[in-house]
Amino acid sequence: MSAKRLVQLTVNGKSYERFVEARLTLADFLRNELDLTGTHLGCEHGVCGACTILFNGNAVRSCLLLAVQANGADIMTVEGLARNGELHPLQRAFQDQHALQCGFCTPGFLMTAFAFLKEFPHPTEDQAREAISGNICRCTGYQPIVEAVLQASEKTASERK
Amino acid sequence: MKPAAFEYFAPATVDETIELLSAHGEDAKILAGGQSLMPLMNLRLARPRVVIDINPVSALDYVRIGPRNELCIGALTRQRSLEQSALVKERNPLLAAAMPLIGHFQIRNRGTIGGSVVHADPAAELPAVTLALGAEFVAKSAAAERVIPAAGFFLEYMTTALRPTELLTEIRLLPLRAGCGWAIEEVARRRGDFAIVGVVALLQVGEAGLCEDARLALFGVSERPVRAERGEQVLLGNGPEPKAFAAAAQAVVDELDPVSDVHASGEYRREAAAFLMKKALHAALARARGERVDER
Repeated sequence: MSAKRLVQLTVNGKSYERFVEARLTLADFLRNELDLTGTHLGCEHGVCGACTILFNGNAVRSCLLLAVQANGADIMTVEGLARNGELHPLQRAFQDQHALQCGFCTPGFLMTAFAFLKEFPHPTEDQAREAISGNICRCTGYQPIVEAVLQASEKTASERK
Repeated sequence: MKPAAFEYFAPATVDETIELLSAHGEDAKILAGGQSLMPLMNLRLARPRVVIDINPVSALDYVRIGPRNELCIGALTRQRSLEQSALVKERNPLLAAAMPLIGHFQIRNRGTIGGSVVHADPAAELPAVTLALGAEFVAKSAAAERVIPAAGFFLEYMTTALRPTELLTEIRLLPLRAGCGWAIEEVARRRGDFAIVGVVALLQVGEAGLCEDARLALFGVSERPVRAERGEQVLLGNGPEPKAFAAAAQAVVDELDPVSDVHASGEYRREAAAFLMKKALHAALARARGERVDER
């Protein structure tokens, strides 16, 4: 029953190969097998959004996927945002707007906002609020997060031309 | 907060899936989008001995038009694809409008239409929407394929007519008649939460200006999604007036006996259901008349 299965996948452009138990969640796989601990686990039942990653380009809860389901997948985690030591415009915007206090929820917000801005490069404030409605911040500070998403929308949009 | 051990299969075809279901029956759980099953497994409220992951069965991910001009939707079609499908928006705007109410976009990126109806959470949107639309559910087993009408599909709390050896393969929705008005309304504590109460209304006004057909359904008020037939009867043959809508909404809630729980009292649910039903009927009428109604 605990027979291990091979998982081959790409995370942030790098290929990995591991043998894992079927019951291992993708979130635990990223954290414990690949040491990519930027992906955080809050509730582990799909409610808080802290574990949000991109799975073949789509924002998903990594606590609700099994690692074995990611075989062959292309994954992006929060560690994939910064390039050559340069913060991604979204991360810079979070810093500028003080959009984090304790920072626990931040990786989930960043990945959610990243996926959202790819689809809606020029969102309204209402759209930005709707987009982050599936992520919970317990320090309370949604207003600066909305402002950060809006600030980043300008930059990501201009980068994409 | 981690799933218990299980035996894992990831079949690539419907036939392989059915073979596995025949072999494991009650011991097996089908894993589709995983947005309900995985939380249950993480919390160990569900400890299936066998998990059959149908995500590789890409043949169950489609939206197409069938021979009766009906919308045929593969059970594995993601809620997000239905939300974005031009075909769904054109053929069944009610289904399209229900999608953004389900969880959050990260949930809908994985969640499937088949998974939602089979999970049959009484507070979920899709069971009530498919019930109001008179959907047909195609169930396949090794022995046969059968079509289960929505009226006989949702049996009780998180229980459907699907047998342990059957796989839901397709959801069929007959086309709405021209000029059919529709609406879905709900109250939830926070955006994306399960609804405390929700209603679905379909309204057809004839040439004489009277209600020819009405289909009303509710979610979050019972152990399963419910059709409100007495409310429908009140509307039939009457003019689509505010008075008739109020009488219908009253008839709807007279039939209800919702439970009180941590989210809301039964009394609140009845009040909210009556309010939402009136609102939905007005919105459905406006759409039947071709007026624009803002969603959300």
